[in-house]
Amino acid sequence: MSNPPSPSPPTHVLPPGTRFDPSLASRMMTRHGHGGWLGLTYHAHGEDWVELSLPWREELVGIDGAGVLASGPIISLMDNATSMSVWTRSGKFVPHATLDLRVDYMRAARPGNTVIGRGECYKLTRTISFIRGIAHDGDPADPVAHVIGTFMATHGPYR
Amino acid sequence: MSAQQTLPPYAEALGIVIDHDEAGEPVLRVEFSTRVQGRPGFLHGGAMSGLMEMAAFAALRAELAARGEASMQLKPVNIQVEFMRGGTEQVTYAKGTVTRAGRRVALVNAEAWQDDRTKPIALAQIKVLLIPAE
Repeated sequence: MSNPPSPSPPTHVLPPGTRFDPSLASRMMTRHGHGGWLGLTYHAHGEDWVELSLPWREELVGIDGAGVLASGPIISLMDNATSMSVWTRSGKFVPHATLDLRVDYMRAARPGNTVIGRGECYKLTRTISFIRGIAHDGDPADPVAHVIGTFMATHGPYR
Repeated sequence: MSAQQTLPPYAEALGIVIDHDEAGEPVLRVEFSTRVQGRPGFLHGGAMSGLMEMAAFAALRAELAARGEASMQLKPVNIQVEFMRGGTEQVTYAKGTVTRAGRRVALVNAEAWQDDRTKPIALAQIKVLLIPAE
């Protein structure tokens, strides 16, 4: 096995430790890359939660031509929303990596409907953040999916 | 058989293609591009998950086709993803392995790797309901 030269240090989206304002930062973070391609946009936030929206489009359909969104975009939506909820709770941008994510699909999102992903950080330790969330397509009481997972701070503690 | 499978619009739009067939199980591939990029220089975890999901479904479709049930509809119940390494700016592969496909439910594992197959970057386990076409 060859050891390729280590890649140059990652350039973070924000300098680590920057005060995190979800409404501003998510606008920047969802403009480029995968989030930008998906069309993720800021929807709302509170002390320990962030909502992003994922507009329906034909390209994101995953199953049998029924107009049903693939689960990939839902996972990406929830990964981003829960990630931002961690920085929102922590109050600052702390580089971290998703350790695991579990998604339970309650039902298919309705074709044509924008999906709202609400991510919540319910516990923050020095190095691990515990997150959960739901995705819904109009009625938060009738979610499309439930999500639970963890992140790990990679370049210094959350607090 | 699996090489003739068509992938859904999501896969096509992201640039996911069937690379080759391995003992009846398709290996999928996605080139690195801004469409699959997360934080600068790295593959997005959601794109990784999407690739593994597509690989899992492709493996399951191949298995169902082999037993004459190609028309079965697939409905995901849940997915558990473990991210083990950051994916970098290079081609990513994924393959699904059907662990158990009964009459009503199937369990499929999938893994994603880049230049070194012995060092997977992520694992996924997907449970799928099998619904006979009417």
